[in-house]
Amino acid sequence: MSLDKNDVEKIAHLARIAIVEEDVPGYAESLSSILKLVEQMNAVDTDNVTPMAHPHAAFQRLREDVVTEENQREHFQKISSNVEKGLYLVPKVLD
Amino acid sequence: MHNYTIAELTQGLKKGDFSSEELTKSFLQRIKKYDPELNSFITVSEDHALAQARTADELIAKGNGSILTGIPFAQKDIFCTNGIKTTCGSKMLDNFIAPYDATVIHNFNQAGSVMLGKTNMDEFAMGSSNETSFYGGVKNPWDILTVPGGSSGGSAAAVAARLAPAATGTDTGGSIRQPAALCGLTGVKPTYGRVSRYGMIAFASSLDQAGTFTQTAEDSALMLNVMSGFDEKDSTSVDKEVPDYTANLNQDLKGLKIGLPKEYFGEGLNADVAKIVEEAIAEYKKMGAEIIDISLPNSHLSVPAYYVIAPAECSSNLSRFDGVRFGYRCEDPKDLEDMYKRSRGEGFGEEVKRRIMIGAYVLSAGYYDAYYLKAQKIRHLISDDFKAAFEKVDVIMGPTSPEVAFKAGEKTDDPVSMYLSDIYTIATNLAGLPGMSVPCGFSNKMPVGLQIIGNYFDESRLLNVAHQYQQTTDWHQQMPEAFK
Repeated sequence: MSLDKNDVEKIAHLARIAIVEEDVPGYAESLSSILKLVEQMNAVDTDNVTPMAHPHAAFQRLREDVVTEENQREHFQKISSNVEKGLYLVPKVLD
Repeated sequence: MHNYTIAELTQGLKKGDFSSEELTKSFLQRIKKYDPELNSFITVSEDHALAQARTADELIAKGNGSILTGIPFAQKDIFCTNGIKTTCGSKMLDNFIAPYDATVIHNFNQAGSVMLGKTNMDEFAMGSSNETSFYGGVKNPWDILTVPGGSSGGSAAAVAARLAPAATGTDTGGSIRQPAALCGLTGVKPTYGRVSRYGMIAFASSLDQAGTFTQTAEDSALMLNVMSGFDEKDSTSVDKEVPDYTANLNQDLKGLKIGLPKEYFGEGLNADVAKIVEEAIAEYKKMGAEIIDISLPNSHLSVPAYYVIAPAECSSNLSRFDGVRFGYRCEDPKDLEDMYKRSRGEGFGEEVKRRIMIGAYVLSAGYYDAYYLKAQKIRHLISDDFKAAFEKVDVIMGPTSPEVAFKAGEKTDDPVSMYLSDIYTIATNLAGLPGMSVPCGFSNKMPVGLQIIGNYFDESRLLNVAHQYQQTTDWHQQMPEAFK
């Protein structure tokens, strides 16, 4: 699969990454070469193979439904410079 | 004392030959002298280290020290350290002071160890040469024109130059074993789930595993005794008892079955590296091991499958870096989407953006089955290859890396050629198996690593196999002339 300029722009939008116009051709080329490497997988028949998501037969560990975390809002927000009254500030979403 | 192993330093501290404060000062001194050239540390935590050293000295004086009490370590800058900058090698986290300790850091603190600082690394652990770091590349102490490997390149260079007796690393596709090989160190990646991932900044959660850089296998055992174990804060941590990893080190190797996969000795392997690895295997034969030819037929698919699975997981994990709560935020965003996009566009480096985009693509509607599901199926085939092999053999051996350290800049323009430097290490991560690299010789004066892969939770055997080799060879004791 070879990606063109439009593909790269679409993927960058999906990933919420701003890409400078002049870098787009470079990404198109390198992403295409990675996909070419990846497509070596297509030579193998995997019809009857089950997908493996995790190295061990994993299951979700459960615990008692009790509070285990104390509120550390102030501690966590100390590292942010965009906090007011315990809330994170972002650009206005609604007019 | 910079050349001592952890085991020797522990003895020295106990006997009172030197204090932890003296030891720590001497390593800080070496960092000041040599690191401006190597660039192996992002942060040197001098005051913190000296305070820890003084506390350790008090513990030791009262007879309350444990084996790692007072021993200085370098920690990869991927582990969150409460109150000390944690960057993960990225501009995105250049201003990030973690509000808590990773479990690995917590375990070292509990043991009374000293943290010298945080080591340089490829950005978000994505790279095989340490050249993607926002803080610049790291030089290989064996030849400063070459790379130390990656992503844990700073940890490897720091230990190789003896700026720290040992260091931690993380290994998602070879990020401990490959730099250990390129820098002439013993590097261990334990079984997936053996060491807690809590507070270790996530790259690919089903592959990431923390481990060690040391001079000797014995030192790795000492570190893993402290690092390993169940942690309820990590949902994939395995609840299984941790054996004393030093207990089996001295067992002899008579009758040990070593599998040599033919796929690890084929095309693409440097001839001199092949010869040196074969000599190491001959040494094992002398020790009474039985050499068995095996096949891991799907090995050639490990790099392709990895470059779907790892980017897919990274695109999801790194979506948390959005400029809202912590990390880099762009100047004057015009709206929320502009803030997300420019914070990420400006905060991430090129390789990280590339991998996030590959991940977003292979997970996107219409491509999921062809890429992501396919890769997960291939992952199963690769895992089954190992399962079949371990029915016949106790350990698998081969080269860690197809070549010795390459020149800085040599592969930076061609991501695929960079990816292929992990061709022998990636399959182990896909299967979740433990693996290590052991120094086994030199090619053109550059270190070569022997890779040893074990069955699930068989770290004790790996360390035993490496330790026995280190009793009859001295490759692991060599160090680069310029840093003696």
